[in-house]
Amino acid sequence: MRTAFIEALNELADKDPRVCLVVGDLGYSVIEEFADKHPDQFVNAGVAEQNMIGLAVGMALSGKVVFTYSIANFGTLRCLEQIRNDVCYHRANVKVVAVGCGLAYGNLGVTHHASEDVAIMRALPNMTVVAPGDPIEARLGTRAVVALDGPAYLRLGRAGEPVVHADEPAFVLGRAITMREGSDLTLIASGSMLATADRIAAQLAEKGLSVRLLSMHTIKPLDREAIVRAATETRFVFTLEEHSIEGGLGGAVAEVMAELDGSRALLKRIGLRPQFNAVVGDQKYLKSLHGLDEEGVMKTIQPIIAGSYRLVG
Amino acid sequence: MISSAKTSHIGSCLSLADILAVLYGSVLRVDPALPEWPDRDRLIVSKGHAAAVTYAAVAEAGFMPLERLGEYARNGGQLYGHVTHAGVPGVEMSNGSLGHGLPVGTGMALAGKRDRRSWRVFVLMSDGECDEGSNWEAIMFAGHHKLDNLTIVIDYNKIQSLDFVAKTIGLEPFADKFTAFGWGVCEVDGHDVSALRRTLESVPIEPGKPSAVIAHTIKGKGVSWMENKVLWHYRPPAEDELAKALAEVAAS
Repeated sequence: MRTAFIEALNELADKDPRVCLVVGDLGYSVIEEFADKHPDQFVNAGVAEQNMIGLAVGMALSGKVVFTYSIANFGTLRCLEQIRNDVCYHRANVKVVAVGCGLAYGNLGVTHHASEDVAIMRALPNMTVVAPGDPIEARLGTRAVVALDGPAYLRLGRAGEPVVHADEPAFVLGRAITMREGSDLTLIASGSMLATADRIAAQLAEKGLSVRLLSMHTIKPLDREAIVRAATETRFVFTLEEHSIEGGLGGAVAEVMAELDGSRALLKRIGLRPQFNAVVGDQKYLKSLHGLDEEGVMKTIQPIIAGSYRLVG
Repeated sequence: MISSAKTSHIGSCLSLADILAVLYGSVLRVDPALPEWPDRDRLIVSKGHAAAVTYAAVAEAGFMPLERLGEYARNGGQLYGHVTHAGVPGVEMSNGSLGHGLPVGTGMALAGKRDRRSWRVFVLMSDGECDEGSNWEAIMFAGHHKLDNLTIVIDYNKIQSLDFVAKTIGLEPFADKFTAFGWGVCEVDGHDVSALRRTLESVPIEPGKPSAVIAHTIKGKGVSWMENKVLWHYRPPAEDELAKALAEVAAS
């Protein structure tokens, strides 16, 4: 996703001199080509995230489209008030990019685990929150936030995530991509969990279930209509995200479903337990501890739907 | 405004009044008829609690009718008790949490340099505000990048929210700090209008460097019994106090 993002940004900056990149002294082996090709559109703010956001706002209020780039929590939580007051309140054309979100930097430590960023960013007025599900969505999402006049948060994983989309889908901010139509249950995935959800959907379909799969790449504004349809046309809704179950995609979907009149699907949020990881592990290992590997997700889903569909695990 | 709305920061407004008057009166290249003029000078009031005096200056400069000052801190109005841009022509940026203005001003100065534009950026800061680390991030950045289109004016009235600056977190040797960070520095009497004008009309203080104007001011300036009193950071003047204060200012 990181690679798809920077390639897309390079192309955008070739065409549009307003497009700038401000980094917080991070992006080794990622940002060099951009910096070499576009020296007047590149700034290294140093290890100073509050100033990084302030600089970006000042540049944006002077007519530029500014991407800030840092990893995990540094570019969001460290400078949260700058994002709230300076970016969001001024509707500055700043796109906050965080890489290594979720548990991507697993064994680097809890400081590097971004597990609450979506909840916090989506609480901010005027902010658009995008968590692409694969490299194709990362490329399309990057283009989409440039076309959007105003603040955005782009949540990326790391390099090397699998491509999930067979073809380039229509990508519209705030509109979920229906990757599979189904009437028994719905999986709603964001970010890196899209690939897992895609495989789970295939497994469940093999067992004879009619599975709907939505890629919810934009968490704010949320595609309320797609959620209402899933909640009324299918019997179970599962949200999948590499983020705390509190306040992220699952929380956002729960807010919509809780206010629906009449009968609606049962909801289960699948994501990170809201606690600091107590043991060391890489992304794959830590995800398995949270039940976010394929086996773990299946273990959560099966007992919930078993009564209805006599599913044998 | 402050008395009738019963808000705080009369002292902080009075210490900044002469600086704002000089900037709007003879330094800033702005056009009140075209508040969004792309080549305007940018003024950021980072000490956002000095809101009443900022709105008054913007109105006196012609960006909005003086009658709008009645909206200050009033239900349904648009002039919040901390400097606000939304719905207020001539105000570049909203502030109220300290340490936000200079990084944004630095970004504006950088954009101006990169685009080879002639406009300049002025940021008004408080002394207590210099406790905020974000300012020092920007001060390092601006010095390194030689942003000589950026000027800060520090309203050094020596009093912050709870106590005197020297008793809280001392700033001295203040000028030396800026010199060490690659800035041109000048200390002026922040109530000597002609000295302020001379200094601000001739920035940059040193070619190729951002400028720091340390303006020695008096908190509560112009009202003898408000001057240099921590009390008047928060206390609004009562009606009789307002009348006494206005009489004193008028007589001076």
